[in-house]
Amino acid sequence: MPHRTFIWFILPSLAAMILFIALPIISVVVQSLHVEHEQVLVTVENCGPFGCTEETRVDRDATAALREEQPLGRFNGLGTYFNRAHLATAEIAEAWATTDSLGAFWDRVMNLPFYRALVFTLAYTFIVTPLVVILGLAIALGVNALPKMFRGVTIFFSLLPMIVTPLIGSLVLFWMIDAEGVIGATLQILFDDPDLSLKASPTLTWITLFIYGVWSSAPFAFIVYYAGLQTVPEETLEAAMIDGASRWERIRYVVIPHLAPLTVFIMLIQFMDNFRVFEPIVGFQAQASATSLSYIIYSDLRGDVQQFGSAAATSVLTIIGVAILLTPVLIRTWRDFNRKRA
Amino acid sequence: MPAASQRRSTALVVFSTGFILLWLILAAFPFLWTLWGSFKVQGDFFSRADWMNAITGPLTTEQTGAPFTGQGYWGAWVESGFWRNVVNTGIVVVCTVVISLTLGTLGGYALARSGFRYAFWLLMIALVFRAMPHITLVSGYLLPFFQWNLWGHLPTTIIVLVAINQPFTLWMLHSFFLNIPKDLDESAMVDGCTRFQAFRLVIIPVMWPGVITTGLFSFLLAYNDFAVTAMLLSSENQTMIPRIASFLGSVQQEGNVMFAVAAVVSATAPLFVLILFFQRQIVSGLTAGAVKG
Repeated sequence: MPHRTFIWFILPSLAAMILFIALPIISVVVQSLHVEHEQVLVTVENCGPFGCTEETRVDRDATAALREEQPLGRFNGLGTYFNRAHLATAEIAEAWATTDSLGAFWDRVMNLPFYRALVFTLAYTFIVTPLVVILGLAIALGVNALPKMFRGVTIFFSLLPMIVTPLIGSLVLFWMIDAEGVIGATLQILFDDPDLSLKASPTLTWITLFIYGVWSSAPFAFIVYYAGLQTVPEETLEAAMIDGASRWERIRYVVIPHLAPLTVFIMLIQFMDNFRVFEPIVGFQAQASATSLSYIIYSDLRGDVQQFGSAAATSVLTIIGVAILLTPVLIRTWRDFNRKRA
Repeated sequence: MPAASQRRSTALVVFSTGFILLWLILAAFPFLWTLWGSFKVQGDFFSRADWMNAITGPLTTEQTGAPFTGQGYWGAWVESGFWRNVVNTGIVVVCTVVISLTLGTLGGYALARSGFRYAFWLLMIALVFRAMPHITLVSGYLLPFFQWNLWGHLPTTIIVLVAINQPFTLWMLHSFFLNIPKDLDESAMVDGCTRFQAFRLVIIPVMWPGVITTGLFSFLLAYNDFAVTAMLLSSENQTMIPRIASFLGSVQQEGNVMFAVAAVVSATAPLFVLILFFQRQIVSGLTAGAVKG
């Protein structure tokens, strides 16, 4: 296709992506280098019968006018990146110098909002993704063994947790694990502990969120693996059987290698999706025990005073995180592409 | 008679069937439970005494005279004006799907037919864009949108959702167009069509299965979105999902949690119908990129 025709065909789509994905990234970078104007202070002299006093007060009109005139705020360089709410270099250095054990240092770091969110996001990404792959494979193997007539209805119900809006899925579970909901109440009876609450302890909240993550993403892995299982070569399986391979050995040495490219695909999609974990935290109202990078951007933008600079700095750091996560994939794809051309 | 390699022992059959049953309960039970419970009063759905109350509903019978009540639905749809959010969702979703598919088919077709290196790079950039957490992009939009008075309107949100949708739409339609033989449009061009005529007269009639599948996923993305719609819409223009989230913030008093439960069930119903009718397309769409690659 000539370059000219190509341009005309791709132009609308490209324009939309440049305007609303590429430019916002630039906008985020610019915003992150600015902070809101400080309040304009004026010193007024009040003279009364007992002499004069000087008083400093906020000039509201001047502040509002300045903010109106330069909505971006004043230039702050990389200041926002290194303050307490983000990379907190000063606090980390101080904590490193003053704490004597690694545990104490870790506790101090975990009190910093950015690191708290980063640790949760990474934990979520790297715990949920492998579990999704394993559970998805197990369900696919199980469904593949079912008689054909039951498969359709099984797939129908299996799709539900994935298709349903993440916020709604997490709310539905949240109501069930409520101390007065069915799962919460049953757990209290099972453990014979009337005060047991999945919402109170940070550890239990983390586990709840992980379980939600696996529950809502496993269907995706299941469907992809299930489709892959339909194409496993029957001859190879039979040959393996004639050579005396047990059922497990056939899965291990024939089926799993056949599904390996699918695993790469599932992991890639899951890493991308889990890294932006956000809705479950809103749905489970878990922000006291667990925040993710996306969540702290959201809460910066939601507050009574919208902190654009702070949200933007977190966004830039998140984008850098995404880039690091994707680099191996991009390098690999680039190599494949070059090999094909050569 | 199954193939020899598929024969298995009874214990294994029992185990694997049991496992699938367990999974089915895990997957479906929460939704069925909430659907059932949405017709009860709060005292039954969140029962202090006994969780069986949510099934039998003694308090519901006591308060309303019948074991089922539509109070939650009445409260949500009529008293709280949830129907307006439903209408907004309808507008946003339909517009987003139509516009994304129009842009996506043109772009995806071009990417599938261009052999140049830049087509590959565009796809790679689209993949990177696909990985961007939506909220980071939203924090880029907010300030300019406030300044230019674009914030809060439905069209702004629609355009943003279309753009966020594009990387995925391009990838998916690109792989569908690769499956349509090149000879088809090339022979049309030999017969004197321009590239666009070939696209319009030859490709459009055969591309519908791919477009419908991609459309389903665009629908899901627009319908399920929370980050963009919650941040970019003013309260009178809200769609369903951010409205449900704000229900939670404002209504913790007696009775009103059931508004949220009823709204949640209402918002799930269309998705349920969607899977019922389009299960085959959803499955083929999920595997489109994977099985071939």
